[in-house]
Amino acid sequence: MVLYIHYFKIQFKSAMQYKGSFVLTCIGQFLVSFNVFLGVYFMFRRFHTVNGYTYGDILLCFGITLMEFSLAEAFARGFDSFSSILSNGMFDRIMVRPRNEILQVLGQKIEFTRIGRMLQAVVMFLYGVGKSGVEWDAPKVFAVIFMLLGGTALFSGIFLIYAALCFFTTESLEFMNILTHGAREYGKYPVNIYGKKVLSLCTFMIPYALVQYYPLLYLLDRGNLWYIFLPAGGFLFLVPCYGLWRLGISRYKSIGS
Amino acid sequence: MIEMSHVSKTYKVFKRDAGAVSALKSIFHREYEQVHALRDVSFTIQDGEMVGYIGPNGAGKSSTIKILSGILTPDEGTCIINGLNPWKDRIRHVKEIGVVFGQRSQLWWDVPVIDSYELLRDIYRIPQVTYQQNKEELTELLSLEELLKTPARQLSLGQRMRCEIAASLLHSPKILFLDEPTIGLDAVSKLAVRDFILKHNKTHKTTVILTTHDMQDIEALTERIILIGKGRILLDGTAEDIKDGNENMDEALAALYRKLEI
Repeated sequence: MVLYIHYFKIQFKSAMQYKGSFVLTCIGQFLVSFNVFLGVYFMFRRFHTVNGYTYGDILLCFGITLMEFSLAEAFARGFDSFSSILSNGMFDRIMVRPRNEILQVLGQKIEFTRIGRMLQAVVMFLYGVGKSGVEWDAPKVFAVIFMLLGGTALFSGIFLIYAALCFFTTESLEFMNILTHGAREYGKYPVNIYGKKVLSLCTFMIPYALVQYYPLLYLLDRGNLWYIFLPAGGFLFLVPCYGLWRLGISRYKSIGS
Repeated sequence: MIEMSHVSKTYKVFKRDAGAVSALKSIFHREYEQVHALRDVSFTIQDGEMVGYIGPNGAGKSSTIKILSGILTPDEGTCIINGLNPWKDRIRHVKEIGVVFGQRSQLWWDVPVIDSYELLRDIYRIPQVTYQQNKEELTELLSLEELLKTPARQLSLGQRMRCEIAASLLHSPKILFLDEPTIGLDAVSKLAVRDFILKHNKTHKTTVILTTHDMQDIEALTERIILIGKGRILLDGTAEDIKDGNENMDEALAALYRKLEI
């Protein structure tokens, strides 16, 4: 952890070397998400509810998903750029250092510009809190915290899968974007609006629903109390992701580059 | 001590003819070619030795270095370095080695060199006292005083290489791997690097394994030379064995490569 903080500092210093670029990218990130928000806004100007969810509900849901995604993207960005770490030989350097590989890969790139998207997400969430009329109590606050933690873990896991796949192939990993950026876009609505099949896929395969849909139901007084613990699924999801990563490492050790 | 015995390594290389048709074909049917990177490689290197590891491109030098540094697992054979198996005890093993890849930097590009050093201190968990001592010694011997506050991206190649070498020695490794440390350097920097490596080996008894195509490096630094070609060890001896009466080391080596057909 101490080492991660050190990585964090050095990455921050590096980012500050290019202040103009940093500020512009932050603004860009903010605007991109703001654009999506406008889409939601205009839709709710015409239709007042979607599948029983109000404007405020959706803002709450979207705000939380976007926060999770920005956090994961900021901290697990090293996985996202892992194919270049592999191809430029940086990974050999990581392997000759006496620390865990994942920690070093994470430290390789921390994306501070995601603060722009994070800001947008926070604003939207707060706006959603006001609009949705949720009556907050301790379990609900915990539900949101668990959602954030579980969701960040889940998205990080998907980034980890992406990185692990880089060991096996260097091309055509674009399809992974469906799971990351796709999930972010679709994640603005609770997943049950896409139908039963998608819901069960997102419950049992890639547990988006566990960190998003079920705890949200509790927030909106439509679900059981135990739903707030479901985001733990996001952490469980990391286990198979890590397994795949180990498999990738052992393959790397046997075939080299 | 480094003991490598009967190490072999084969890669499968994916083969495909040029053109769109064969690209399509390759989706369904892949042809592989076996490449024997290393065949039955054995050698022993004592503590404090300086060894030149040479051979033409593609001879198996990097595969050997990768195995010795724990990045690559061989198909057959054993390798014991100071009592450890490099690929099984990776983390414990790499604490004791330093690696300089001449073509790749280990410094963080956008921050002053000293920041990179401090991060390395934390990565290797170097005690503060040792770190301070080593840093001061290396700074003096490699004249880094002025460079430490400069971001790595603004250094010239020669300055950067000096910083790279210091970076690999901060944790007082017992073995130092130098992969083409003088590539692209001007005469002054080359001499400075060679001079430093010699001195460091004398004072710290660091084992040095040097791969290079620059025969002057070899002549200046190493007494023992291991020559590898097509994955086999072809010669384990001294510079005189390679020269074989010839004056110029490069010519002698080229003649030897031709003779051995590697």
